Amino acid sequence: MADSPPLQGIGKEPPPSEVVRESSISEILIGSAKESVLRVQEYSYLALQSVTNLFSRPFYGQDLLDQMDSIGVGSIPIVLLTGFFIGAVMVLQTASQFVRFGQTSLTGDAVSLALVRELGPTLTSLLVTGRCASGIASELGSMLVTEQVDAMRAMGTDPSRKLVTPRVLATVLVVPLLTVMSDFIGLVGGCVAAVLSLRLGVVQFWTRAIDALELSDILQGGLKSIVFAFILASVGCYKGLTVRGGTQGVGRSTTQAVVISSVMIIVADTFLTKLALYLAEKLF
Amino acid sequence: MTNPATTEATISFRAVRLGFEEGDIVQGLSFDVYPRETLVLLGETGTGKTLSLKMAAGLMRPQQGEVNVLGRKVSEMPEKALLAFRREIGFVFQEGALFDSMTVEENVAYRLREEHVAEEEIEPKVREALRFVELEHAIDLVPSELSGGMRRRVSIARALITRPPIVLYDSPTAGLDPVTSQTIITLILRLRDTYGVTALLATHRLQDGFALANFYFDAESNRVLPNDKKTTAKTEADSNTRFIVLRDGRVFFEGSTEELAAAKDSYLKRFLV
Repeated sequence: MADSPPLQGIGKEPPPSEVVRESSISEILIGSAKESVLRVQEYSYLALQSVTNLFSRPFYGQDLLDQMDSIGVGSIPIVLLTGFFIGAVMVLQTASQFVRFGQTSLTGDAVSLALVRELGPTLTSLLVTGRCASGIASELGSMLVTEQVDAMRAMGTDPSRKLVTPRVLATVLVVPLLTVMSDFIGLVGGCVAAVLSLRLGVVQFWTRAIDALELSDILQGGLKSIVFAFILASVGCYKGLTVRGGTQGVGRSTTQAVVISSVMIIVADTFLTKLALYLAEKLF
Repeated sequence: MTNPATTEATISFRAVRLGFEEGDIVQGLSFDVYPRETLVLLGETGTGKTLSLKMAAGLMRPQQGEVNVLGRKVSEMPEKALLAFRREIGFVFQEGALFDSMTVEENVAYRLREEHVAEEEIEPKVREALRFVELEHAIDLVPSELSGGMRRRVSIARALITRPPIVLYDSPTAGLDPVTSQTIITLILRLRDTYGVTALLATHRLQDGFALANFYFDAESNRVLPNDKKTTAKTEADSNTRFIVLRDGRVFFEGSTEELAAAKDSYLKRFLV
């Protein structure tokens, strides 16, 4: 091609090498699009299966309790620790603005609404994602590459019932509880910060914080934590059960589980907030 | 000897094809395994031995062809029916595939607990299975505390706990030292000659196949003995062990021990060296 005269190819068929390159690029694009659709389809099927499994036997109750212990109880320390400091930081940040208008008493309202509606469910879910979506993906991925999942199927057990449903249900049950803990400890942290830095009274802070909340705020936080929990657990399970490439693939899937879950949670948060505000306006 | 003309095959592959992105791994594979027979699948890595076992257990579905096991078309059965059907099949995975979060007892008893067998019946059965593989003392250990050979033995105990009529072995001696390999082969011989299971054994070690063909387990003396042409044991053991050599996903050779040992083909000779 380098020796060809300029414009020689005009009006003619492109050289074979370019045809190959063009078709291979389009093939790659079509192939990756098909693969993406397939992944979404596989994920949707697994997520749906994790729910439909609840309505038929067998049900692995002991596995559910084990997972609730591992995901729920195991996450309490980090949720409480971060919740406390998030509440305190919220007070310090909002107070710096309220001080300018002499409205520091509104700090309790702002912190309470922000925590219950938004930060509680989102941050708790992101923390549980970092801790548990990665754990679920690596555990199931390791089981897959060491043929334990095949062994389970070979012994007549449906892995989606034994491995997926207990993890998804356990997460959906414990994340809202963890969110409530995080909200409460966040308010405690906010209260401590308000008392120490703004010289607000404890009773004043708590009265404003509680009065600011409406039922719709609590329902919004609850709805979000349930949806986020379902996302993080189902994505963790999906990435674990679709590991490719041995132990290296387990590491890759674990990272992907955290990244995909986190992004999905934040994207879902936007739509859920809009939906919750719309419903609150219509219903309450 | 089982007469193929008059007996229905326990496992039957017909023109089976299975491939992935990189190409077909198994193409046009056909063979039969008859009742109480041990079929040794020989082949180099990547020739489709493990895939064949997984298709026989319904863990993978062929893209073309038919796989029949115990008269059921497993290649077309829905997953739910397969889950129940697989209880007829014992599967010994290459590395044992023990559940690493469970103890040896929980691993071996897994299938019984899934079938809701009463707890008081489970312990004697588990102990009997572990006694068979000479690992009763390891009942409370977890897989990480076991050696490679012990893991395979526990895996055999787990496979035989429900006395399935078919056992599939995926390279049961791969990566083991010669002494441990011999222990595993002895267990397979005992399982064959004590319970009369039909077996499909994938391996790349010809000596495993020859050991199965040339030895038998004598229950009276509780020892593995070489076949003696004067006894009926020889006739039964040898005639019930056949070899299939896979190459490029197809059957390259099918025959008895003698036919394989007498082979002149350079590919087959690689296994004989």
